[in-house]
Amino acid sequence: MRRTAFAATGVVLALGLAACGGSSGGPSSETAKAPTDPSTVKGTITVLTNRTDQVQDGTLKRYAAAFNAIYPQVKVKFQGLTDYEGDVRIRLNSKNYGDVLSIPNSVPLQQYPTFFAPLGPAADLSKTYDFTDHATVGGQVYGIANIGTANGFVYNKAVWKQAGVTEWPTTPQQFIDDLKAIKARTGATPYYTNYHDGWPLTNWGNALGSPSCDPAASDKLADTKEPWAPGQDLNVVDSLLYDTVHDKLSEADPNTTNWEGSKALLGTGKVATMWLGSWAVVQMRDAAKKAGQNPDDIGFMPFPAQKDGHFCSVVRPDYQYAVNVHSGNKPAARAWLDWYINRSGDAQAALSISSVKGTALPADLKPFQDAGVRFIHLTNDRTAEVDEIDKASEIGINNQDYPQHIVDVARGAAGGDKDGVFEDLDKKWSDAQGAR
Amino acid sequence: MSAPRTAGRTPPAPALRRKGGTWWVTPWLYLLVPLALLVTFTLLPVVDMVSYSFTDWDGISPSRDYVGFANYTDLFTRPQLFQVFWVSLFYLGASVVQIGAALYFATVLSFDTRLRNLFKGLLFFPYLINGVAVGFVFLYFFQPGGTLDTVLHWFGAGPHLWLGNPHLVNTSLAGVSVWRFMGLNMVLFIGAIQSVPPQLYEAAALDGASRWQQFRHVIAPSIRPIISLSVILAISGSLSVFEIPFIMTGGSNNSETFVIQTIKLAFDFNKTGLASAAAVVLLLIVLLVTWVQRLLFPDERVEQS
Repeated sequence: MRRTAFAATGVVLALGLAACGGSSGGPSSETAKAPTDPSTVKGTITVLTNRTDQVQDGTLKRYAAAFNAIYPQVKVKFQGLTDYEGDVRIRLNSKNYGDVLSIPNSVPLQQYPTFFAPLGPAADLSKTYDFTDHATVGGQVYGIANIGTANGFVYNKAVWKQAGVTEWPTTPQQFIDDLKAIKARTGATPYYTNYHDGWPLTNWGNALGSPSCDPAASDKLADTKEPWAPGQDLNVVDSLLYDTVHDKLSEADPNTTNWEGSKALLGTGKVATMWLGSWAVVQMRDAAKKAGQNPDDIGFMPFPAQKDGHFCSVVRPDYQYAVNVHSGNKPAARAWLDWYINRSGDAQAALSISSVKGTALPADLKPFQDAGVRFIHLTNDRTAEVDEIDKASEIGINNQDYPQHIVDVARGAAGGDKDGVFEDLDKKWSDAQGAR
Repeated sequence: MSAPRTAGRTPPAPALRRKGGTWWVTPWLYLLVPLALLVTFTLLPVVDMVSYSFTDWDGISPSRDYVGFANYTDLFTRPQLFQVFWVSLFYLGASVVQIGAALYFATVLSFDTRLRNLFKGLLFFPYLINGVAVGFVFLYFFQPGGTLDTVLHWFGAGPHLWLGNPHLVNTSLAGVSVWRFMGLNMVLFIGAIQSVPPQLYEAAALDGASRWQQFRHVIAPSIRPIISLSVILAISGSLSVFEIPFIMTGGSNNSETFVIQTIKLAFDFNKTGLASAAAVVLLLIVLLVTWVQRLLFPDERVEQS
C-alpha cells in the first residue's frame, strides 16, 4: 500500500503543476487570416491531434504532402496525444500548445478568446460552415469543426430481425419491448452499456433534444428548474437507460465491460444494440468484417421517440479546430485548418457528416434520410450559462459519473430508485441555478 | 511524500579539508541535486497547491480570485464529501491482513526453508509490476466467468460479480492491494530480521523456546521500528488509495476514494480551488493520524545484545 502514498503525491503534483506560469501578458487578438498567395506563406506549424492512429498509419503524412503541393513553404508537424484532453488541458497554461489544435472539451466557451485566435466574424463563416455557433464568442468564431455526428443506436440488424423486429421502435416503451423480444428469442445481450470505459455512456447526454425535437433543448436548461421532471427530454432519455438496465436487458456485469471488445460483440451479434454516434458505424462494420460476419448487418436507428410523426436526431460537432492565439505562424496555421476541413477529404473518408455546408450526407445515414428523420442542430445562445450551472451543480451532463450512477441505481447496486435519482438531480440543478 | 525525504538525508561524504578553507560547502554540493529535485517537484507544487486552495481557480483560466477560506467552508459543510472515507476502512482491514501475512512469510523464509529464494522472488514479484498492468490483469481475473470464477467453480462455489456487486467490490479491490504490496512489506521485514544476531536464536533454542516463542520474544521486539513504519504507511496508504480503484472501476459502483473524488472535482468540474483544499485536508488528516499513532505507540530504541 506504500505506492498509494506516491500516487497521492502525484495528484498533488498534477494539481500543482497544472498552473505553473498561469498569468501571462495579453496576447494579440488579431484574426488568423488565410493567406492570399499560397506560394509565399512560410513557417513550421505544429498540429496537436487526438488521432494517434492517423499519425501512426501515415494518413496525416499523406495529408501534409498534399497540403505542401499548394503551400510548398509550410512545414507541418504532428503531435499525436493519447490522453488528448488531459495533456492539452495542462499545456493550455503555457503558450506552447501547438499552432493548430482541437479545442479540449474542458475549456468553457467564454474562455475561447483567451486561448485561440479569432477566425473571422460569425456572420461570414456561418454561411460556409455548420456548427460555428458552438465556438462563437462576441460575434467572432474561434473554432471550426471538421465533422458532425448524428446520434442514435448502432444495432445488429440480423439479431433484431431474428427477434422478429423489422421496424424501428417509435416509443421508449416499444424499444424496451423489442429488447425483451431479443432477449427471449435470441441468445444475444439486447443492450451493452460500456459502463466500465465510461465515455461511451456519456453519449446519452447527447440525446438531449431528440425526444422533443427542439433545437433549443440545451439552451432551455439555463432556465428550467427541473430538467428531470416527467416529460422533459432528460427524463425521457435517462428513463430509457434506467429501464433498459432495470429490466435486465443489458450485460450481466457492467463493471468489466471493454470498449474494444464490444465492437466485436456487436459485429458478431452477441450484443444487439448500443447508444453511440454515427461515427461508430464504420468501426462496428470493420469489427464485423474482421470477425467474418457481414458488415451490412450493422445498422443505425434514431432515438425511439417521434414528434409529429418524425424521428429526430441531434447532429453535434466533433472536435473544433482552432489556431493558438500565441502562434507565430497564424497565416500558415489558418491555411492548414482551411485545407484540412475543405480539401483533405477526411470527413468523407470516415463516412462522417462534413461541416462544410452543401456536402452530401454519408452513405450510412441514407436510411435516416429515407425514413424522413429530421436532423436538428441545437442552438448555442446560452451554452456558457448552462455550462456554468452544470459545473457548479457537479452533475456533469457530459461526464460519465452521471449515467453510471443511473445504471448503478437501476441494477440495484446503489440505493434509491428512479424517481429519487431524478429528484436529486433536479435539486442539484435548481440549487446551482439559484447560487448564480 | 516519502522518496525525496530520504534523498534529503543523503549522508554527507567525507569533506575535503584543503587549506582549512571551505570544507562545509562540500556536503551541500553533494546535496545540491537532490535538494533541487525535492524543491522543484515536491515543495513548490505543495506550496502552489496550498495557495490555490484559497482561490476560485478553475484550472484553465489565466486569472483567479482570492476567496479566503470559502473552499474549506464549502468542504466542511458537505459531509457527503467525507463519506468516501468509509471505503478506506476496507483497505485498512486489508492492510492488517497484509502486514500479518508479510510477517508470517518473512519469519518462515528467514529460517532454513527449502527453495526459500524462489518463494521470496515469487512473493515479491507482484510489487515489481506496474500498477496499471496489475489493474488490467485483475480486471480479467474478476470478470464474470473469468479466472477466479473458474477456479472457484472447481470447488463448487458459485460465481460472483466481484466488481459488480457493491458490497463486494471494495473487498475485491483491497484484495488486489494486498496481493500487490504484501511482498514489499515482507522484504522489509526479512531485511530487519536478518539484522537480528543469530546467537539470540541459538540461545533461545538452547533454552527450549519453540518457533512461536522465538518469534514472539526475539524477532517481533527486534523489528518493531519496521513494523511501526509499515503500519504508518499502511494507514496513510488506506486514506489515500488511488491507483487500483481508479484503473479498475474509476470510482464507480461505491468504490470511490477521497483522492478519486478530488481528481473529479478538479478535472471534471473545473473546481481546482476546491480540489486543492480537499488535497490539503487529506494531507492534514494523514499527518494527524500519524501523530496520534506515534503518541499511542512511541518508538523505543531496541537493544539487541
